[in-house]
Amino acid sequence: MPELLAYQLLFVTGKGGVGKTTVAAAIALLASEQGRRTLVCEAEPKGDLARAYECGPTPFSGRRISDDLVAMSMDTEASLREYLRVVAKVPKMGHIGPVARAFDFVATAAPGIREILTVGKLCFEIRAGRYDLVVVDASSTGNVVGQLAAPSGINELIRVGVVRSQTDWILEILGDPARTGAVLVTTPEEMPVTEAVDLAARLAAETPVHLACVVANRVLPELFGRSEELVFNELTRAATLDFVARNLQTSRELVEDVLAAARLAVTVRRDGVAHLERLRAGIASDVPLLYLPYLFARAHGLRAIRQVAHALSEELVT
Amino acid sequence: MSRSERDIGSDARSRPIPGRAGPSPELEQTRHLEQLLSAKEVVVVCGPGGVGKTTIAASLAATAAARLGGRVLVLTVDPARRLADALGVGGLGNVARRVPDDAFAAAGVRPRGELYAAMLDMSESWDALVRRHAPDAATAQEILANPLYRNITRRFAQGHDYIAMERLFELHEDGEYDLLVVDTPPSLNALDLLDAPGRMAEFFSSRLLRWLIVPYRSRLVNFASRPFYQVADRILGSQFLEDLAGFFILFQTMRDGFVARAEAVNRLIRDVRTTFVVVTTLEATPAVDAEQLIESLRERHLHLGLLVCNKVLPASFSDPPVGRTAELLGERAFELASVLVDRLPSDPETAGRPSGEMVGRVLAEVARSFANFRLVATREAELLHEFSASHEVTATVPYHPGHVTDLHGLLDVGAKVWGDEVAVASGGAASRAVSRSRSSHGSGRGSKSGTSMVRDTAASVEVGKTPLKEPGSDAGS
Repeated sequence: MPELLAYQLLFVTGKGGVGKTTVAAAIALLASEQGRRTLVCEAEPKGDLARAYECGPTPFSGRRISDDLVAMSMDTEASLREYLRVVAKVPKMGHIGPVARAFDFVATAAPGIREILTVGKLCFEIRAGRYDLVVVDASSTGNVVGQLAAPSGINELIRVGVVRSQTDWILEILGDPARTGAVLVTTPEEMPVTEAVDLAARLAAETPVHLACVVANRVLPELFGRSEELVFNELTRAATLDFVARNLQTSRELVEDVLAAARLAVTVRRDGVAHLERLRAGIASDVPLLYLPYLFARAHGLRAIRQVAHALSEELVT
Repeated sequence: MSRSERDIGSDARSRPIPGRAGPSPELEQTRHLEQLLSAKEVVVVCGPGGVGKTTIAASLAATAAARLGGRVLVLTVDPARRLADALGVGGLGNVARRVPDDAFAAAGVRPRGELYAAMLDMSESWDALVRRHAPDAATAQEILANPLYRNITRRFAQGHDYIAMERLFELHEDGEYDLLVVDTPPSLNALDLLDAPGRMAEFFSSRLLRWLIVPYRSRLVNFASRPFYQVADRILGSQFLEDLAGFFILFQTMRDGFVARAEAVNRLIRDVRTTFVVVTTLEATPAVDAEQLIESLRERHLHLGLLVCNKVLPASFSDPPVGRTAELLGERAFELASVLVDRLPSDPETAGRPSGEMVGRVLAEVARSFANFRLVATREAELLHEFSASHEVTATVPYHPGHVTDLHGLLDVGAKVWGDEVAVASGGAASRAVSRSRSSHGSGRGSKSGTSMVRDTAASVEVGKTPLKEPGSDAGS
């Protein structure tokens, strides 16, 4: 299994709301800072990537973020046009307008067309050699399996034609564990971990893509050791509370409210540890599990992406 | 503590709230929610991913069944096994199962009505739809056996939205339930859900579909469609186009049924008996998504019944006097530790004495931890303030460490959405602290009244502990 940044194509996925875009943006930023020519693509464009980098819109044609970093949004119709022009070398481009509309229809109805236009474009960038690494802010749990399984599905359904001949090399890239990997993002909570474990199994069973690593995002640090926790518990006793309140010349209620935050941190951390153990047990032991800390500071925008990228680089060193 | 001691009371709504003369914001909220859920027949719970939609949907349904009565069904798309366990129905399937009275009794409640739960099984629902709309059993069988059909229904993400709305319509039409609460699938775009029936109708009415199913040969001579055909043939291969056409010829037989149905589903979504509940957390990204969702509900003239802000940190975390106390504690941690250390007992296991240094570290850590949460809580308070200012009915559900694992937990969350003051503490200082501070940021937060609200709530927790019923009598009825 290669180092995370040595991959050529990474699909970042996980349950909605766990921080996929943040992690994808951070991986791409880190790779580009290490001199790898990097493309990061938002597969389901909602503008999250543009928000993460605090830049303007990231169109299909790409927006340069820095010397080695380009961000783009997937657009299946644009992908189709590019495909027809570059790969299929279809003449009479004037007729492409209605064709694209027709395709929109067929893609709505026919299985896997939209998906293969997404995955195909990304694999094409790898094959064209314009980038060293393509990071995909992929769909969430439900849809990513369909997306990554589409090339094999199409292969079964379509027996001739250009699409058929294209799926072979796409499958070769997707299925190569030295080049392509999935990054599964989760948080140390009930449902995200359950879904991550399920998704790891489904990726293995239904898609050619290998699991590169699992990222546990928003992990709270351990607050107290055992003897420190004994002291902390002692603090919450009425007599101790009164003593502290008297010394700080404040009320016991206010001190209690302050302690509540630490109590919450301890509870959440303990709860999270149990879920992380379940996560570790639920994924193959050779798949690395990376931890990213909970960011209490303003957790969006470029500053947050830099913080996550920094935490990620420390995880990758150890 | 036995469960019966933690009653939230099926008749809590009729109980006077102690220490209150005028209607509190909570009481207003309670009234609103009772009116809303009594007047509406369909509640669509939607919102961005990961905010706890499923839990809120189940809580609303359980609380409505407990307090308002009638037959209430919660339809979930999330195969959350823990939720099925929580409801005491084991596994969930397409067929609704009644939540046993035992589960309510275990939560110390005798429900006025009945609660049912069902999961939306996409592939089963699609099959049922085909069987209903196909002209005869043989055609239905042929469609179901078509490999393209399997692929479409499994991978067609937008189809899930349609199916959710379809099932909702079917259940509503059957008229077996007084209230339907539906938890929506995580779509790419929450609005897909609203457009799904329209798109399905459009799909069948499309000229392209008609074109695709005209015989192969006449398509070749049709000049207008030649460029499309040439490209499509080149890309997909004529065999695939033929397969596709073959499938759509079959599918077309269901056209009238589908279109009529999709229109009816559309009418139900817009019906005065339907309301939308938007769930979000007060984190930046979900909040933006939720705001957009609300905006588009408004554009479509759809009814927004309630905005639920879930997993909200206690108001005390952003309360300035508490913040000042934390700062003071941080500044004087080691000084305080030196006088505090002698009052602390030895470690019962090692008999070791805590050092002043270590106690100082603990105090500093407590202060730092508060400062961390204060940052988050202050951001949340700001967002909540914006939400409350622009949306009439906003309910907050406090951050709940751990997970809702039983009906009691669902009813507890329901009580928060309901806005009543009878909070249920489930043991442990942390949850006590959370529920004690459960009065929302929106209700006089940061002011002196905000602090007194917290005390009031603490008092009413005691009231809530008074057992209202013996669990034994519930189980027998």
